[in-house]
Amino acid sequence: MESWPRARPAVRKKIALFILLGWVLLIIGDRVDELRVYQGAQMAMYTIALASIVLLTGYSGQVSLGNGAMMAVGGYGAALTLNNLGSPIWFAFLMAVVCAALFGALLGTAAARLSGPYLAGTTLALAVGLPAIANQFKFLGGEPGLLFDVGFPPERFGEEFTQYKWFFWISTFIALIALFMTSNILSSRFGRTWRGIRGHSLAAELCGVHSSRMKILAFTVSSALAGLAGAVLAMNISLVAPGAYALSLSFALVTGAVLAGISSLPGVVFGAFILVAIPEIADALAGRLGDADKLNHYLPGLIVSILLILSVIYAPNGPGENLRKHLRKKPAR
Amino acid sequence: MQKVIETLLIGLSTGSIYALMSIALVLVWRSTRVVNFAQAGQAMLSTYIGFEIASRSEIFWLGLVFAIAAGALVGAGVDYFFMRVLFKHATSGPAAVVAPVIATLGLLGLIRSIVGLTWGGEFRSIKAPASTDGFTVGDGTIPFSTLDVLIIATVSIILIALALLFQRTNLGLALRASAYAPEIAQLAGIRTARTRTIGWSIAGGVGGVAGMLVTSNNFLSPYSLDLLLVFGFIAAVIGGLESMAGSVIGALVLGIGLTFILNYVGTSLVFIGGFSVLILVLLIKPDGIMAKGKARRA
Amino acid sequence: MSGLVVNRLSVSHGAIKALRSVSFTVEVGQLAAVIGSNGAGKTTLLRALSGLNTQTSGSAQWKEREILGARPDALVRRGISHVSEGKSVIAELSVKENLVLGGIWRSKKSDTSAAIAEVVELFPVLGQRMSQSADSLSGGERQMLAIGRALVSRPKLLLLDEPSLGLAPLVIEQIFATIDQLRRRLGLTVVLVEQNAMSALEIADFGIIINLGEVVASGKASELIDDPVLRAAYLGY
Repeated sequence: MESWPRARPAVRKKIALFILLGWVLLIIGDRVDELRVYQGAQMAMYTIALASIVLLTGYSGQVSLGNGAMMAVGGYGAALTLNNLGSPIWFAFLMAVVCAALFGALLGTAAARLSGPYLAGTTLALAVGLPAIANQFKFLGGEPGLLFDVGFPPERFGEEFTQYKWFFWISTFIALIALFMTSNILSSRFGRTWRGIRGHSLAAELCGVHSSRMKILAFTVSSALAGLAGAVLAMNISLVAPGAYALSLSFALVTGAVLAGISSLPGVVFGAFILVAIPEIADALAGRLGDADKLNHYLPGLIVSILLILSVIYAPNGPGENLRKHLRKKPAR
Repeated sequence: MQKVIETLLIGLSTGSIYALMSIALVLVWRSTRVVNFAQAGQAMLSTYIGFEIASRSEIFWLGLVFAIAAGALVGAGVDYFFMRVLFKHATSGPAAVVAPVIATLGLLGLIRSIVGLTWGGEFRSIKAPASTDGFTVGDGTIPFSTLDVLIIATVSIILIALALLFQRTNLGLALRASAYAPEIAQLAGIRTARTRTIGWSIAGGVGGVAGMLVTSNNFLSPYSLDLLLVFGFIAAVIGGLESMAGSVIGALVLGIGLTFILNYVGTSLVFIGGFSVLILVLLIKPDGIMAKGKARRA
Repeated sequence: MSGLVVNRLSVSHGAIKALRSVSFTVEVGQLAAVIGSNGAGKTTLLRALSGLNTQTSGSAQWKEREILGARPDALVRRGISHVSEGKSVIAELSVKENLVLGGIWRSKKSDTSAAIAEVVELFPVLGQRMSQSADSLSGGERQMLAIGRALVSRPKLLLLDEPSLGLAPLVIEQIFATIDQLRRRLGLTVVLVEQNAMSALEIADFGIIINLGEVVASGKASELIDDPVLRAAYLGY
């Protein structure tokens, strides 16, 4: 506890930084067109989702494809709460977090004893099967899904304030808070412990760390974040349907996280940017190559896969690390 | 009583296809210590190639042969060009542990996209090599058809051929030795890298057969083999990733079990059932039901 | 033609330099004992000679041909066999399969069958357990199987890594006697790495003592045994 006085100014600095970021984003939001505003909202969503992976895979070393499924849990939780209980938006988001955290704790308990391919395979199974599960239960709305309508922006913002701008404000606000809290968790002893058990659980156990419990905790927090991201996604597209949380989402998240630098929290902004940019790039390419339909469907996946493979082989810790290594070499000459 | 027998027979047919997939996964796991999620992608590519040949020639078996050849080539190619590069590069940092897993997943997505771009996402079907009408028993028909018999027969032949290969030939001995103890195998004069590629090639060919057999009764699309991969994986885990015999048994048990759920409870619980089995096995006997005392971990 | 000529061999194991500038010569038909305590670099030496470790500099020549950096399977075909330390048989295979493994690289199966027959003559107990799993053998029998497998490839240079490890004293005596016997019978050149210094030097022509990656003493085995300083430092008494 003696480190608290030292921590205070650093924490205050962080808060100031985040508030500044928030202002900047708000101003930018005013200047750009609708499409960019929407993309901004999606980017905010991705930063939260990627943060969940950085925590789970980058810090506690568990490779999971289940975050897409956790996002779905969050999305459905929020939609069900909003539609059936008529509650305010913030409560719906809160329920998203709670539901996802619960599921995460469950999954984490099963997963804590698994490692490497067993864990990946199990979560892959979950990601593949999720649409099937969602389709089966009527109260989840089947294939077309459920509506998720957060309502119009408050009247005092005026006529000019569009729906998408409202989404942008909410998602950015949520993202900033989520990133702030995640940043604190990761730099706390929890974060350090997770990094300690990553790949060295035996050594950690010998130091008195309950590695199972820490792993479950990581799963829970990561799922909570993912659930939040899922709810934000639902808001952005006004819909919760199995198709929005397909296997390809989990793939995209892993790719974004690897590109972000799998254990780098600041990197998630870069990763989120790439994930939002890919459909744009794919669109542009598809336009030039013709046969829009087929290309539109598969080109983004192609780009994501190629990026994933290249980055995992040549820059497994994110392109940031390669850059740092390169810069370090220069002075020696 | 009749329903039980029907369910059993169909489960056998389904399970035997899962068996092929799980054998392919176990084969690669034992030789490379990697669970090759791209197996589904390789099988998918092989099946599309087999489908092309089958629909042009109207002969299913010709398509099957091409699917096997394609699978073998793709399997060898993936090991030679992809895995070797991967192991050379990704060796340090927090991502090293997870890199091979993520890489094979990326490869799955890559193959799927290429297949989608080349053939498009429409559902296709292959003319089945045998009648899919159920057999008539007494007054009614059971949903077990000639095709199912053919599937079971084909898988059995392949399993016997593989067993003979592994137990009776020098190549099989080399494959086993390289999987159990790569260094000792090297010191005995075995080119372990080349042997490993052969193992991947065999796994690829087997996966191609699995894909073709599944598709003979279903639709083919870039996503149609995902469930096959998942159930093949579950079967392999049930058997313990180390044992091919175990994964066959696991696959049959899984196939029969899932069919029972399908017939007696309904489609909604099939996947949940399979998933629960996976979780149960991983929690209770993570080394698989067939594992002996000595076990290897990831 | 000289046998094994090692000149200024340095070997790294990852970031650690395990052997520094080691030099020695073993004439054809001789048995050289390489002794030293744990971690001295003895195993690294053999791994470099058999191709398992390629982070090497300097040179090692067998019958005037360079062997460093070659692939292990290529060296086996050139007549170099390495019996690695500890578990050197494949427990999941049968005794017979382990022996067949030694000759698996040959195109002529009949040569392997003949070689296996010779090995069974040398180690009759293996002949009695051909179809049993290698798992079921005792420690001494496993060592015989490991050496037997190496002999199936009809090597000219045999590298043995701590064959006495984990064996009962009586069995150790037998193993050393057998090693001495067969190398004379087959005209093998042997590099024997051992912690059991006394027994190794007693059957050796030539001895090399390694400590912390460097050669600290070498010479005729009989002289090394008689040197009191060395005895105190390395032979334990």
